[in-house]
Amino acid sequence: MKNIKCDCGHVNPEGTVLCESCGKPIAGNQHIDGNDQKKLLNMRYDGTARRSQTYNKTIIDKIWSFFSSVKVGVWLIVIALIASAVGTIFPQQQYIPADAISRDPAVYYPETYGIFGRVYYQLGFHNLFSSWWYLILIALIGVSLVICSLDRFVPLYRALKRQKAKRHYSFLSRQRLFSETVEVTATEKEEVIKKLKAQRYKITEENGHVLAEKGRFSRWGPYVNHIGLIIILLAALLRTTPVFYTNEYVWVSEGEQTVIPGTKSEYYIENEAFILDIYDENDERFKDAIQKQGVVPSNFQTNAIVYKAKEGALVGSDSELVKVAEDEIRMNHPLEVDGYKLYQSGYQLNEVNQMTFTIHEKDNLEGEDLGEFSIDLNDPKSEYELENGFTVSLADYFPDYYLDNTGEPKTETQYPRNPTFIFNLFPPNMEEYETSFVGDIKGAAEAIGIDTESVELSPMSKVIGKFATSLDPTGENDYQIVIKDIDFQRVSGISIRKDHSLPFFGVGALIFMIGVIQGMYWQHRRIWIQPTENGVLLAAHTNKNWFAIKKDIEKAIENTNVKMVNDQQELDE
Amino acid sequence: MGSLLSLSSTMLYSAFILYLVATFFFGFTIREKHSSSNKRSIAANIGIIVTIVGFVAQVVYFITRWVASGHAPVSNLFEFMTFFGMTIVLAFIIIYFIYRVSVLGLFALPTALIIIAYASMFPTEIAPLVPSLKSHWLYIHVTTVSLGQGILAISFVTGVIYLIKKIDQSVPSKRTTWLEVVLYSLILFVGFVIVTTIFNLMDYQATFEYTERNKAVETEYHLPAIAAPNGGQLVSENVMEPLFEAPAWMHGADAGRKFNTLLWSFISGTILYGLLRLFLRKRIGAALQPILNNSKLDLLDEITYRSVAIGFPVFTLGGLIFAAIWAQEAWGRFWGWDPKEVWALITWFFYAAFLHLRLSRGWHGEKSAWLAVGGFAIIMFNLIAVNLILAGLHSYA
Ligand code: HEM
Repeated sequence: MKNIKCDCGHVNPEGTVLCESCGKPIAGNQHIDGNDQKKLLNMRYDGTARRSQTYNKTIIDKIWSFFSSVKVGVWLIVIALIASAVGTIFPQQQYIPADAISRDPAVYYPETYGIFGRVYYQLGFHNLFSSWWYLILIALIGVSLVICSLDRFVPLYRALKRQKAKRHYSFLSRQRLFSETVEVTATEKEEVIKKLKAQRYKITEENGHVLAEKGRFSRWGPYVNHIGLIIILLAALLRTTPVFYTNEYVWVSEGEQTVIPGTKSEYYIENEAFILDIYDENDERFKDAIQKQGVVPSNFQTNAIVYKAKEGALVGSDSELVKVAEDEIRMNHPLEVDGYKLYQSGYQLNEVNQMTFTIHEKDNLEGEDLGEFSIDLNDPKSEYELENGFTVSLADYFPDYYLDNTGEPKTETQYPRNPTFIFNLFPPNMEEYETSFVGDIKGAAEAIGIDTESVELSPMSKVIGKFATSLDPTGENDYQIVIKDIDFQRVSGISIRKDHSLPFFGVGALIFMIGVIQGMYWQHRRIWIQPTENGVLLAAHTNKNWFAIKKDIEKAIENTNVKMVNDQQELDE
Repeated sequence: MGSLLSLSSTMLYSAFILYLVATFFFGFTIREKHSSSNKRSIAANIGIIVTIVGFVAQVVYFITRWVASGHAPVSNLFEFMTFFGMTIVLAFIIIYFIYRVSVLGLFALPTALIIIAYASMFPTEIAPLVPSLKSHWLYIHVTTVSLGQGILAISFVTGVIYLIKKIDQSVPSKRTTWLEVVLYSLILFVGFVIVTTIFNLMDYQATFEYTERNKAVETEYHLPAIAAPNGGQLVSENVMEPLFEAPAWMHGADAGRKFNTLLWSFISGTILYGLLRLFLRKRIGAALQPILNNSKLDLLDEITYRSVAIGFPVFTLGGLIFAAIWAQEAWGRFWGWDPKEVWALITWFFYAAFLHLRLSRGWHGEKSAWLAVGGFAIIMFNLIAVNLILAGLHSYA
């Protein structure tokens, strides 16, 4: 290393711009901080030797310099900013509304947003925030953070530790705040120092050369906050592993008990009751709003019991379950058990549990039925044999029926939310069968103006059954299958999370906050008072808030001959 | 109950008037010789006292409305925006006592006034809280974000003052144009408030029917329809016939009506701007410049930076950290890339870039001022456009 010895005797590392000890500009290095162009010295890092500014030979030097450049860092941030904004133009895939034309992104974006939607989808913006290039961008910001912090922190720390009270004239006169007073008495000087002390400046004296310093710790704020950010990025990395994070979802109907997914069949949940409360439309406070908006729910709640399987027990055997938690799971009130959290995430008011059908002669619907059968929607059979010889087989079954835009019957989900059947009906002792299309109770309810998302159909099950579709596709049937009764069940959607990465995020966020506050709400102020023949030189530097340091100086020199500093700031525009 | 609510709205109204009065007092200070120094003028003293009284009135509005509704009034666009106006005033009061720059009041209070007036154009009924909002985190989160944004808004105010003073108005340039764009955008809000108020007083109503996914839907316009909803049929009688239909790609809840409102804001704002130009016979920036003769550029620049330095940590705490904690409580995921969340992140990125550019790349003065204006544009976009256009979990209106 080519060290540089200053006139004051201090030996500085290669690349130093201002002597670490006395601040004298080191000839030949002034271009590094641009001091050769300006009257004032660049004090950003006290003229220390930063690796990025010193070495530029090997590939490693170049990468280091690249990532330690704030220009690069800001570009990365700006690109991330613009990309994120583009990501909000259309909804992300996960936010495609449930009632969209199609939840298939290849269909949804072009259908809904035309050509822009198509391009958006094809460029992958519909999944922007998990796309590799967005993640790489964020990772690059992380790399940049680490490198630029190290590049600056180490030399800055060194320089501030080694600084001497005694400073070189050219260092002082090239500070933004500077004044020279020809005649100052010793008592006046003492007075100034005393007043600086009273303002909680730390005074260092060296042969009459004085350094008053305050708030140096705030210089470390940015590095502390960057460490916080790095911890957050690392936590995000941890969270991608199943050890730290699981995310599952389960539907459980009232009265049902089911295994909680993602727990290796260790935990079971029982839904004792699902409760949906709505605001009273006569409530004086909310009357007007409810009239405008319609029904407003006030509470979704599952009264849940969680069981744990006994160690070594056979999977699924009820007797071996031990109750471990019982709570009301509400929005904003998850249930917590053994590191898992259970959240109220959704519900279905009108899932069908069981449907009962009757068979009638087509021209005598009001008369006596010819037979009756029930389908358990949780376990539909492929064939039902009736006592009087009829056989009904399920030619097709759509648990959550809808008609797509080509007119094809489809099912939206695998849950019996709108069960619809194509039956083949074999009359007694016949090989020939009749086909009929029965179901779409949701369609029937909506046709009579009921909002099936928020109104329970249970009390109206008979009426709705009567109005439900029962079609004869051939027009030649002798019999008709009619819905006699529908047994609805309320199903609660519970999401299950285990997230051991949370404490890391918390610690990262806390450190970040400490760092920003440390760097923003305090400032590093230094005031130098140096003797001349009969007077003093007064110079000052702060990393921000020049207004306040000027006030400090004004207060300190009050009633003395010492001249107020001039602001030599060069506003470069 | 009813009386509490009417007390509440009277208080909001009084606060509005008081801010207006205070603005005039700050206006008087510009003729005084020493207005931007530490010496206090009588007009400025009265101005700040009236501002504080107005602020207290608005706090009373806030508390009484809280009591009446049973939840913190920050749950719909009206409540949230008025609260934002209040935090701007609070931030102004704080910064005023640090720097004693009275011209700040002349610009900060009108900004708050415009925002409160704008907010009052949205439905003001007390709405019941949906289950996801029922949490203490609602007000912890919203009030902190809003305070952060209020402080950041002060940097916008000083930024605009800086630009008005700094930019050479003797010849038209890109900078004078952009400054006019900024001022024009503020006038658009005023235009919106004026038209909405006029037609509200007239009780104007026009109903349209259109089909959305095979269902007949109705939408009610409170401004005469320039643009009908796409495929919409006018059902009301004796009202203005629409001139054209909103384009087909604008669908979703009430897109046509929102588009129509936007058109009205542009038309009325443009007319207002045109009238001002006619009356002043010069650019608005040029007309405002002389009143800033006493302001000091370096002090304005310092305040711009200071308010970002103070506001940034507060915004981070409220907009990202508290937001994440609440999201974790409510949905079990602290971050979900919902548009509102993404725009909070964008705001945060933006101000981080501002700080780095300033600290390490020496972007002081005019560059800083432009950035401060840009940051505020992002905040307003998040408050308004994200709620009204990019509907997500947070869409209030
Ligand atoms: C979004 C991510 C980031 C945030 C929120 C952030 C935050 C901050 C804050 C608040 C400061 C203090 C600014 C001031 O005192 O005015 C700061 C300083 C700084 N940041 Fe960042 N930063 C981020 C990313 C980066 C990156 C990627 C780099 C790398 C180039 C970087 C380099 C620096 C440097 C060099 C300083 C100045 C340190 C000093 O002067 O002592 N930051 N950062």
